[in-house]
Amino acid sequence: MQFTEENLERYSRHILLQDVGVEGQEALSQAKILIIGAGGLGSPAALYLAAAGVGTIGIADADVVDLSNLQRQVIHFTKDLNKPKVLSAAEKMQAINPELKVDSYHEFLTAKNIRAIVRKYDFVIDGTDNFAAKFLINDACVMEKVPFSHGGVLRFDGQTMTVYPGESACYRCVFGAPPPKGSVPTCSEAGILGAIAGMLGTMQATEALKHVIGIGERLTNRLLSFDAKNMQFRTINVNKNPKCAVCGKNPTITELKDEEQAVCEL
Amino acid sequence: MEHFLDITKDHCPMTFVKVKVKLSKIETGDRLEVLLSEGEPLNNVPRSATEQGYKVLEVTAVEGNVHKVVIEK
Repeated sequence: MQFTEENLERYSRHILLQDVGVEGQEALSQAKILIIGAGGLGSPAALYLAAAGVGTIGIADADVVDLSNLQRQVIHFTKDLNKPKVLSAAEKMQAINPELKVDSYHEFLTAKNIRAIVRKYDFVIDGTDNFAAKFLINDACVMEKVPFSHGGVLRFDGQTMTVYPGESACYRCVFGAPPPKGSVPTCSEAGILGAIAGMLGTMQATEALKHVIGIGERLTNRLLSFDAKNMQFRTINVNKNPKCAVCGKNPTITELKDEEQAVCEL
Repeated sequence: MEHFLDITKDHCPMTFVKVKVKLSKIETGDRLEVLLSEGEPLNNVPRSATEQGYKVLEVTAVEGNVHKVVIEK
């Protein structure tokens, strides 16, 4: 592959890195990454992945831009109110990088459609805001053997973990099943400091880029959790659970089904 | 094999970017002769090449402020 003079300059700060170089930048241009949720986590992830020169970015979100989103969903602007989030996000990503190909999914990903979408990508970023979606993404990625980054934020706290299906602990190995409906507050009830979503979504983008370039250690078998109010970070070691219902030795979940849970409005 | 690159008209950091692009296309053991200018390029390119694991075999003044750097991949 031949980089144009313009692209050499655009990606010069990547190419200069010994761990990225020309080969890493070429890998990025061939990569396909899916971001599920164009919200607080998906916004920074989409912006950084587009800027990094990822060739294809899929973005899935059924919502339209709401005024209460703008405090943290930095890919959407005031002029985008009521516009589908995937359209607003695609416009910004292509404004950063006109060579980027965007696949937009203006729909909810469900047990019916998620596997066929996930399998088209090299890596998935979970930028959703509810447990039902997080377990669905985990199970679909495990079944399709597509690595993904789990992420969640609330108030001043964030947590993230990267999953390589079959090789490392999955989200279900660690958390089992969604908590009972109503037992955990959603963003709309609990609130979130906007910049915390930026921190976490950016970490997820970093994991996606490392996966594509093939460098460093991924955040596997470790749950990174932080309290940004006191700026305390810790990683908790986790293990693959041989009895895991989806990735264990005798899985009981062999077909996807949608968990019943109200989807958070954010 | 010997390869050649003239970056006398380029500025940092594009100087080393172009060296890296050229190095990525040649075989291990091949040599790349780079023409560059005094100042930042001469200070930075041989140092960066060494840091990133390439062998700088020769740095010589050519004429005026132009220097020749030979790098082995």
